[in-house]
Amino acid sequence: MTELPDFYPAMPEVVLAFSGLLLLLYGAVCRDAMPRFVGYATVLVLLAVQVLEMITAPGDAVTFSGLFISDRYAVFMKSLVLLGSALAVILSFDYHEHEKQERVEYPIFILFATLGMMMMISANSLLSLYLGLELQSLCLYVLAAIRRDTLKSTEAGLKYFILGALSSGLLLYGMSLIYGFAGSTEFPVLAAILTAADTQAPMGVVVGLVFVMAGLAFKISAVPFHMWTPDVYEGAPTPVTAFFAMAPKIAAIALFMRVLLDPLGGLVEEWRQVVVAVSLASMILGSFAALAQTNIKRLMAYSSIGHMGYALVGLATGTPAGVQGVLIYMTVYLFMVVGTFAVILCMRQHDRMVENIKDLAGLSKTHPMIALAMAVFMFSMAGIPPLAGFFGKLYVFLAAIEAGLYTLAILGILTSVVGAFYYMRIVKFMYFDESHEPLDRWIGRDIGLILLVTGVFTMFFFVYPEPILAAASVAAASLFPG
Amino acid sequence: MVLHFPILSLVTFLPFIGALFIFMIKGDEATVARNSRQLALWTSLVTFTLSVLLILSFDSDAAGFQFVETEQWISGLGIHYRMGVDGISVWFVLLSTFLTPLCVLASWESIRSHVKEYMIAFLVLETMMVGMFCALDFVVFYLFFEGVLIPMFLIIGVWGGPRRIYAAFKFFLFTLAGSVLMLIAVLTFYVVVGTTDIQTLMQARIDPSLQYWLWLAFFASFAVKVPMWPVHTWLPDAHVEAPTAGSVILAGVLLKMGAYGFLRFSLPMLPEASLFFQPLIFTLSVVAIIYTSLVALAQEDMKKLVAYSSVAHMGFVTIGIFTVSVQGVEGALFQMLSHGIISAALFLCVGVVYDRIHSRDIARYGGLVHRMPAYALVFMVFTLGALGLPGTSGFIGEFLSLLAAYQTNRLLAVLASIGVVLGAVYMLWLYRRVMLGVLEKEELKSILDLNRREVAIFTPLVVLVLWMGIYPEYFLGFMHASANNLVENFEIARGLQLAVAAP
Repeated sequence: MTELPDFYPAMPEVVLAFSGLLLLLYGAVCRDAMPRFVGYATVLVLLAVQVLEMITAPGDAVTFSGLFISDRYAVFMKSLVLLGSALAVILSFDYHEHEKQERVEYPIFILFATLGMMMMISANSLLSLYLGLELQSLCLYVLAAIRRDTLKSTEAGLKYFILGALSSGLLLYGMSLIYGFAGSTEFPVLAAILTAADTQAPMGVVVGLVFVMAGLAFKISAVPFHMWTPDVYEGAPTPVTAFFAMAPKIAAIALFMRVLLDPLGGLVEEWRQVVVAVSLASMILGSFAALAQTNIKRLMAYSSIGHMGYALVGLATGTPAGVQGVLIYMTVYLFMVVGTFAVILCMRQHDRMVENIKDLAGLSKTHPMIALAMAVFMFSMAGIPPLAGFFGKLYVFLAAIEAGLYTLAILGILTSVVGAFYYMRIVKFMYFDESHEPLDRWIGRDIGLILLVTGVFTMFFFVYPEPILAAASVAAASLFPG
Repeated sequence: MVLHFPILSLVTFLPFIGALFIFMIKGDEATVARNSRQLALWTSLVTFTLSVLLILSFDSDAAGFQFVETEQWISGLGIHYRMGVDGISVWFVLLSTFLTPLCVLASWESIRSHVKEYMIAFLVLETMMVGMFCALDFVVFYLFFEGVLIPMFLIIGVWGGPRRIYAAFKFFLFTLAGSVLMLIAVLTFYVVVGTTDIQTLMQARIDPSLQYWLWLAFFASFAVKVPMWPVHTWLPDAHVEAPTAGSVILAGVLLKMGAYGFLRFSLPMLPEASLFFQPLIFTLSVVAIIYTSLVALAQEDMKKLVAYSSVAHMGFVTIGIFTVSVQGVEGALFQMLSHGIISAALFLCVGVVYDRIHSRDIARYGGLVHRMPAYALVFMVFTLGALGLPGTSGFIGEFLSLLAAYQTNRLLAVLASIGVVLGAVYMLWLYRRVMLGVLEKEELKSILDLNRREVAIFTPLVVLVLWMGIYPEYFLGFMHASANNLVENFEIARGLQLAVAAP
C-alpha cells in the first residue's frame, strides 16, 4: 500500500471540491431543489474556503508528488479569485430572479470553475496546470451558454468553446515541446535545467515557450488572442460576463506569471520581448477599439483587454517589484470591475435589461448614487488619482522604469490617456446629458451593498493602502526563490 | 506664534470634510440647495480664516519649509505623507482659500440645478488645490495635481455653457496627457534618487543627460497647465464654457499650478536642463505675449478676451521664472498672485452682466456706466490692474519680471514690453465698448447695479489689488528668503556643473 499524500496544503481545494459535489447531489436528488439556497450555500462555501485558505496557509508547501504548491503567492491570488467568484454569485441573484432563470447549476458551475482556478494557481507542474485550466474552461464554456434558449448566449458559448479549445491545443502542444526538449514537466526541475548558466536553452523549449504563451495569452484575452472577448462578453448573460471579467482573468494572469517566472524564469530575455509586444498591443488596441463601442458590455471587454495590457507591463519586468505591481493592479481591478458590473446589472428599462451606453444618459438625475459610484469606477479605471486605479498603474509603471523599460512605460501611459477618453464618455452620458428614458428605479439590496463596498474601497483606497500593498509585496517575493 | 496642531492638513482637508457633510444633506430640493450653499460658504470661510492664521504665524525670515508634517503612508516605497509651505507656496494656499468663498458667493443665484453636487465639487476642488501647494512629497503632489481634474471636469461639463462637453473633454485630455508624462518623470526620480521626498530631491544632483528628458516631461505637464503657447488652446474653450466660478478658479489658481511646478521642481531639481531650455521658454513666452494679445484684441466674447489675456500675462510669469534672478522669481510670484486676483475679478465682472443679460457678446453692451456706476468703477479698477497701471498690483509683477528680463536679454525685454502696450489697448478698448458711450440697447435700460452680495464679493478684491499695488513689500517680504534661497541654490548647482565641465 502506498503512502497517502499530504492533504493539508490542499485543504481548501478539498473542502471546495466536496462541497461542490454535495451541492450537486442536492441539486440532482431533490426534485424541488431551491436554486436560491444553493446560491447562498455557494457564497458561504467560497467565503469559508477563503477563511480556511488564510488559516491553513503554511507558506511554501509542496504535495501530491510535487504537482501542487501552496505558497504566499498562491494564497494571495486564490483569495482574489474566491472573493471574485463569491461576488459574482451574489451579483447574479437579482438578475436570475428577474429573468426567471434561477438554476441550481449556475452557482455550482462557478464553484467548480473556482476549483479549477485554484488548481491553476497552485500548479507546480505542467500536468496539474493543464488539469486546472481545463476544469475551469469547461465550466466557463457552459456558463457562457447557460441561457440555452437565447441565440446570443449559445453563440457566445460555442465561440468561446471553439477558440478556447484551439488555445488549449496550442498550450498542450507547447507543453509537449517543453517536456520533449527539457525532459520534465515539473516546475522546479524545469527551472533548474533552464537556469543552468552554461547551457543555451534548446530551441525546442523556446518554440514551446511561445506556444505556451500564446495559449495563456488567449486566456487573459491579450492582443492578438483577444478576438473572442467582445463577442463572448456581449453574448453571455450579464452576471456571467461579470464573472468572466474577474476571477478567470485573475487566475489566468496568476498562472501566466508563475509559468514565466518559475519554470521558465531562466528564459527571461526570450519571453520578455513577447510580453512587451503583447502588452503594448493590448494597451493600444484596448484603448483605441473601445472608443467606437456603444454596447457597454463590449466596451468593458475592450477595457479588460487594455487592463490586461497594463498588468503585463508589470510582468514584462520579471522582477518582484513588477509582480507586486501586477498583484496590486489585479486587486484593484477586481473591485472596480465588480462595481462596474453591479451598475450594468442595474441597467433595466421597463423590466428589461438594456446595454447601450446611451441608456445611462441622465443617470445622475434619476439615480444619483449609482451614477456617483459609476463615476468613481470610471475615473479609477482611467487611473486618475487619488482613486484606487491610480495605485495599480503607479506600481506597474514604477517597476517598468526600474527595469529600464522606458519605451513601454511611456507608450503605455499615453494609451491610458486615450483610455481615459472613453471612460469619461460614460461619465459624460451620466452627468452631462439629459435622460430620454430613465432606468427603472428598483435595484436589489445585494447589488446596492456591493456597490457601496466596492465604491468606498475604490474611492478611499488611498487613505490606508498599506495592508494590501504589504501583502502583495510578500506574495510577490515568494515567487522568487532565494 | 507656534501652532500646536497640523494646520496644513486641516486647511487641506477641512473643505473635504465639509463636502462630506453636504453629501449627507437630505430633504426636498429647495432645502438641500439652501443648506448646501450655507454649509459650503461657512466651510470655505472657516478654511480661509485658518489660512490667515497660517500666514500670520508664518516666519518670513526662514527660507526653508515651515509647519512640516510627516506621516507614514506607503512604507514599502518609503513614501510619506509630507506637508509644508515656504515663502513660495504659502501665498498660493491663501489665494486658493480666498477665492473659494468668493466662488461660492458668486454661484449663489446663478447655479440653480444640482446645487448640492456643485458645492461638493467646489469644496473637493479646494482640497485638491491647497493640498497640491502644500505637498512635500512628489507622489502626494501628483495625487492632488491630477485630482484637480475630476471636480473641474464635472464643473465645466455639468454647469457649463452650450459647448461644455467639448470644452470639458479638451481640458481633461490636454491636462492628462501632459501630467502622465510627469508621472513617468516622478517615477524616474524615484528610481534614480531613491526617494520622492521633495526636499531631498532638491539637493540631489541628477546626471545632466537625464535632466533634459526629465525636464521635457515636466515641461509637457506644466506648459499645458500654465498654459504656454502653443498648447494653450484648451484654455479659451474651458473658460468660455465654464460657469463663472469655474473660470475664476481656472484663471485664479489652476493656471498657477504650472508655473508653481516650474518654480518648485524644474528649477531646483533640474538646473542644467532649465538653463539649457531657457531660450525655448523665452521664445514661447514672447510668442505667447504678443500673439495672444493680438488674438485678444480680435475677440467678440468678453470671457474669451479675458482668457487670452491670461495666456499673455502668464507669459510674463514664465519669463520671470526662467531668468532665475531674485527679481525675476519674485516678479513672477507677484504677477501670479496679482493675476490670480485680477483675472478672477474680471471673470466675476463678466459674470455680473452675464447673470443679467445672459450674453457675453461685447457688441450687446455699451454705455453701462449710466445704469451701473458702482459696477463701472469696480471694472475700471480691474481693467487698470490688468494693464499694469502703477498703483495696482499688476504693475509690480510685470515691472519686476521685465526688469529681470532686461538684465538677462534686452531684446527679450523689448519684445515682452510690446505685450504691455497691447494689453493696455485691448483692455481699454473692452472697457470703452462695454462701459462707455451712449446707452442705446433696449434691454440694458433696465439693468440693475451691483447688489449687496456682489459688493461683498468685489470689495475684498478691490482692496487687495490696491493694497498689493501700493504696499507690495508686505507680500514680497514673505517671498524674499525663499526666492533668494532658490536662486542661490541654482547658482551653486550651476557653479558645480561649470567646475565639472572645466577642470
